[in-house]
Amino acid sequence: MLHLPSFRYLAPRSLSEAVGLLAELGAEAQLLAGGTDLLPLLKRGQLSPRYLVALAGVPELSGIRTAAEATVRDGSGLTLGALTSIAELTRQPVLRRHFPVIGHAASLIATPTLRSMGTLGGNLCLDTRCTYVNRSPLWREAAGDCLKCTGDVCRVAPGDDRCWAAVSSDLAPAMIALDAQIRIAGPRGERVIPAEALYRDDGLSHLTLSAGEIVVDVQLLRPTGVCASYMKLRPRASFDFPSLGVAVALRMAKDECENARVVVGAVASRPLRIAEAEVILTGHVPTAERLSAAADAVHRAIRPMDNVDLPPGYRRQVARVFTERALQHALRQVPARAGANGALTPGRQN
Amino acid sequence: MSSTGSTRTPDFTIIGHRRSKVDAWPKVTGRANYADDLPFAHLLYARLLRSPHAHARIRAIDATRALAVPGVTAVISGADLPVPYGILPVSQDEHGLAVDKVRFVGDPVAAIAAEDEETADHAMGLIVVDYDVLTACMTVDEALSATGDPIHANGKANNVHKRVALEFGAVEAAFEAAAHVREDLFFYGGSNHLALEEHAAVAEYSPDGRLTLWSSTQTPHYVQRALAKALQLPERRVRVVASVIGGGFGGKTEALPHEVAAARLAMITGRPVKCRLSREEVFYSHRGRHPMHVQLRAAARVDGTLTGLHVRTVLDGGAYGSYGVASTYYSGALPPATYRLPAYRFEGARVFTNKPPCGPKRGHGTPQPRFGLEVLLDKLAEDLGLDPLAIRLKNLVAEDSVTVNHLRVTSCGLRACLERVADASGFLDKHRRLPRGEGVGLAASCYLSGAALPIYWNGLPHTTVHIQADRTGTVHVACGATDIGQGSDSVLASLVAEVLGLDLVDIQLDTADTALAAVDLGSYSSRVTFMMGNAALRAAENLREQVLCAVGRELHLPTHRLILHSGQVALRDERSPIMSWPDALQLTQASGAVLAASGTYAPPPLAGPYKGAGVGPSPAYSYSACVVHVNVDAETGQVVPSEVWLAHDGGRALNPTQVEGQIEGGVYMGLGEALWEEQSFRGPLHAGPTALDYKTPTALDMPIVHCLLVETDDREGPFGAKEVGQGPLLPVPPAVANAVYDAVGVRVDEVPITPDKVLRALDRQARGQPARHGPRRFPDIAYPPLTVVEPPAGAPQL
Ligand SMILES: Cc1cc2nc3c(=O)[nH]c(=O)nc-3n(C[C@H](O)[C@H](O)[C@H](O)COP(=O)(O)OP(=O)(O)OC[C@H]3O[C@@H](n4cnc5c(N)ncnc54)[C@H](O)[C@@H]3O)c2cc1C
Ligand code: SF4
Repeated sequence: MLHLPSFRYLAPRSLSEAVGLLAELGAEAQLLAGGTDLLPLLKRGQLSPRYLVALAGVPELSGIRTAAEATVRDGSGLTLGALTSIAELTRQPVLRRHFPVIGHAASLIATPTLRSMGTLGGNLCLDTRCTYVNRSPLWREAAGDCLKCTGDVCRVAPGDDRCWAAVSSDLAPAMIALDAQIRIAGPRGERVIPAEALYRDDGLSHLTLSAGEIVVDVQLLRPTGVCASYMKLRPRASFDFPSLGVAVALRMAKDECENARVVVGAVASRPLRIAEAEVILTGHVPTAERLSAAADAVHRAIRPMDNVDLPPGYRRQVARVFTERALQHALRQVPARAGANGALTPGRQN
Repeated sequence: MSSTGSTRTPDFTIIGHRRSKVDAWPKVTGRANYADDLPFAHLLYARLLRSPHAHARIRAIDATRALAVPGVTAVISGADLPVPYGILPVSQDEHGLAVDKVRFVGDPVAAIAAEDEETADHAMGLIVVDYDVLTACMTVDEALSATGDPIHANGKANNVHKRVALEFGAVEAAFEAAAHVREDLFFYGGSNHLALEEHAAVAEYSPDGRLTLWSSTQTPHYVQRALAKALQLPERRVRVVASVIGGGFGGKTEALPHEVAAARLAMITGRPVKCRLSREEVFYSHRGRHPMHVQLRAAARVDGTLTGLHVRTVLDGGAYGSYGVASTYYSGALPPATYRLPAYRFEGARVFTNKPPCGPKRGHGTPQPRFGLEVLLDKLAEDLGLDPLAIRLKNLVAEDSVTVNHLRVTSCGLRACLERVADASGFLDKHRRLPRGEGVGLAASCYLSGAALPIYWNGLPHTTVHIQADRTGTVHVACGATDIGQGSDSVLASLVAEVLGLDLVDIQLDTADTALAAVDLGSYSSRVTFMMGNAALRAAENLREQVLCAVGRELHLPTHRLILHSGQVALRDERSPIMSWPDALQLTQASGAVLAASGTYAPPPLAGPYKGAGVGPSPAYSYSACVVHVNVDAETGQVVPSEVWLAHDGGRALNPTQVEGQIEGGVYMGLGEALWEEQSFRGPLHAGPTALDYKTPTALDMPIVHCLLVETDDREGPFGAKEVGQGPLLPVPPAVANAVYDAVGVRVDEVPITPDKVLRALDRQARGQPARHGPRRFPDIAYPPLTVVEPPAGAPQL
């Protein structure tokens, strides 16, 4: 049995109190939302914060608001509080209608119990993962520690002086593809950043949040004509973190793709936007050749490491296939093309 | 009165009917007490300090700082357990805690007892072990070519643990005369049992010198023996009680370090001591499926008749002997009991490596060669222009026959199994006819209904059942047999209730306790229903006889006109009740009887006349056939098993629902091994000793399973029953591999068939190269000279 270490549990009742606590306690404190990611890390001794600041009682972080109440740029937006559970994301009617890709990506996360406890904010801020570090103390002692714990080398890429632990959130690529906006509260007030800007490619510190900052909510805007898709690779049909996640979003005007986003998760420490693929698609009719060329561009651009499920070479090959399929799937949802209403059918292999 | 085998009663009231298990209520309502749930006053908690090195000499252990921690009561090490033990008399190589050397990452070095688990955990970190690190051998190849310190000092050269070479019939002649010879290499990855319940044990030592261990074990009797030896206590002062068990599958079939350490700590502290393993520790305790290299060569006529088979195996044994010698023999025992073979050669070897010890996982030593053989038959059929069903039907072992390697086959429903799965799945209409990406595969297998020989040599019964009744009508049944979730308690109660005309609730059971019941060897080798069942029938029939005689005497009726039915003595013809069961018991007791009866069972002498003949013989064999339908994504290599048909001849189905449960479980486990699960290593380390990293299939990965019961009536089985606990797993992995080939035309001669392997084979196919993924070479092993054994009279001839 692995036991939780001891810590002090703090339960602020408001966002300002939470921000205040973080500012006061500094590096000794860790935010706790659903705990599905954090508590296993504590049990394995990867982290040992003295304080856990629980967000459950912070009202500003909960709830889903539609455009009328939300501060969004256009009329068809949705604001999702950071404490929204993953399960709620899979069920929410407005979300399912307008942003089915989010509900779909959410439905592929972990297992039903973990989806009930896990939250949107926790998912976006989920720690990076690596099969060398998400291990018991005995295992890590036997392997020799690495940069991400107390060691000084990377076991996956011993020549590099950085950590390559993989971003493992299923929602992050989809949120970036849709250009979601993240509202952040901190000691110096609030700021809103694009989801993409929440991340940097550093396995030790892959979030751009500064000390004391809290993700408050996620704002989704729906410019007309956007269709999106997310495909997830994992060994089994449930339970597993992504070995690869491919999110695409296309803004279609007539037959032409006005704007394209292609985002790949679990192959680096941050979700990667594949600029070359986006350029191939943007401003063109998405012919089969273009989709294939975009998929090739993804294949060329990524360099998965051997630190999550399934071998890196394999994941790279599948990234090509999944990009093409995700693009095709997204295009099938464009009303003019297929007449479909955009609902996704979750395939067991996605 | 003969009660071995089928008592042909025309209509059963319990046997053959669907009933819930006798322990369904406590399990479903959470009231069952697993070892970890047992309440004890003044309990201490133990943890095992495990080695971070795969191979190292222990120079010194310093527990001073740990012992100084408040709440810590004792720390022990190998020095406290100097006497070696082991499940097989030939492999007494374990100590509970390492003596002098550690042999794998996770090998227990010391044990600590404290007032609570957190304290034990914390203080354990303060024990300082000084290691002298040695070169580790992580693969068979590394072990065979190692020049450094051998893993076991008294082991044979090059870390070889066991070698065997046997020949039956004219093998060379068969190959020389063969119209067609097919040879292939296979690799079968190792896997863990992944029982839901992690092992746990509580030990208590009384001041008068008696040790009791409550443990999640499949074999209380063997644990009792090992504890007695390791702790130097008389066996009669060691009591082992198997608590309610959440699955075993072979992972709890011998004394394990946590049991031995808890017992020693209880003796030292005088307090009850609990030691429970984490999921990670279960992967170190292991005793799971041996990774196995398999080389097969088959000789056949143009019509597909097999004329000879040559099986070579190399087992990657891990660090200790465990059941390994038996596993080695099993890897060559059963092909002739499935297919008619006039000539057969088997060469096998087990090699020590610096990994957790392998042992007897469900199917013990036989799924690996089975995988190879059934894939090879698929290839052979294609070579010869036959379909996979035809080639198997052509070579079936005959009912009531003897094999070239001296195995006696009684009932055999393999033909019916094959025909029924083929029929139900539409196999012949689908095979080679489905669109690319979809495929069906077929495979067959057989398994033992209990090993005919005990693990340690003795001429005693393998099991004993005592029944005791009293005037109230209560029937008390005691047997050492252990219900590990497979349902043996239900089988025991059902058999006794059927014979005595009672309901299941009228039967009180005392099982799995070495103090309250006589020896049953344990839940392994699919022996319990067959052996305990026969003993139970004998005992129950004996009691019935006593009661009916007494009643007959009193009422002046011949005994043969009386039956026990619905809690009454009744007239056989009219079925009319004439006396209640309690009245009949009182009458019997008043006549001077003690209302007790016993039955025992030992298999008939079945071993052939050669060294090694003790592994393979069984009083009866079960047969299975399987068709798997898969969808293969030809771009990603992902394989989705979409439907499975499994026909099983387990003799008479004593409770069809329980039989189907075992079939479904076997299919589940077989699919796990076929497609996902592997106890794999990264350098010296287990690659992922967690339930998240070890890829056992989830509910969403499970396909529809059709269970088809083929009921033979085995003449020696209890009411005709054989086994179902292990057999149905065996044909599943090769059926998957054959289905993958049918779907996309690539051969993956290795399990698990992970998508990256399929994709590599598909890439080769696209480049016009041989569309295969699998081993290209066989380990460089020197087998001993062949022991040539004369086949028995009546064995298949060329
Ligand atoms: C077995 C298993 C399988 C899983 N599979 C998947 C999977 O397939 N896909 C996937 O995406 N995830 C998976 N997860 C991870 C996790 O369950 C989910 O990502 C979940 O949504 C995390 O949310 P949480 O609220 O539980 O996070 P927590 O554990 O509470 O927090 C996670 C991290 O985010 C920080 N944090 C939380 N909320 C905020 C906030 N508002 N602002 C700033 N920081 C915050 C915490 O401090 C912590 O560092 C899995 C987890 C497990 C245990
Ligand atoms: S990527 Fe390297 S540094 Fe990062 S967790 Fe893995 S082994 Fe450690």
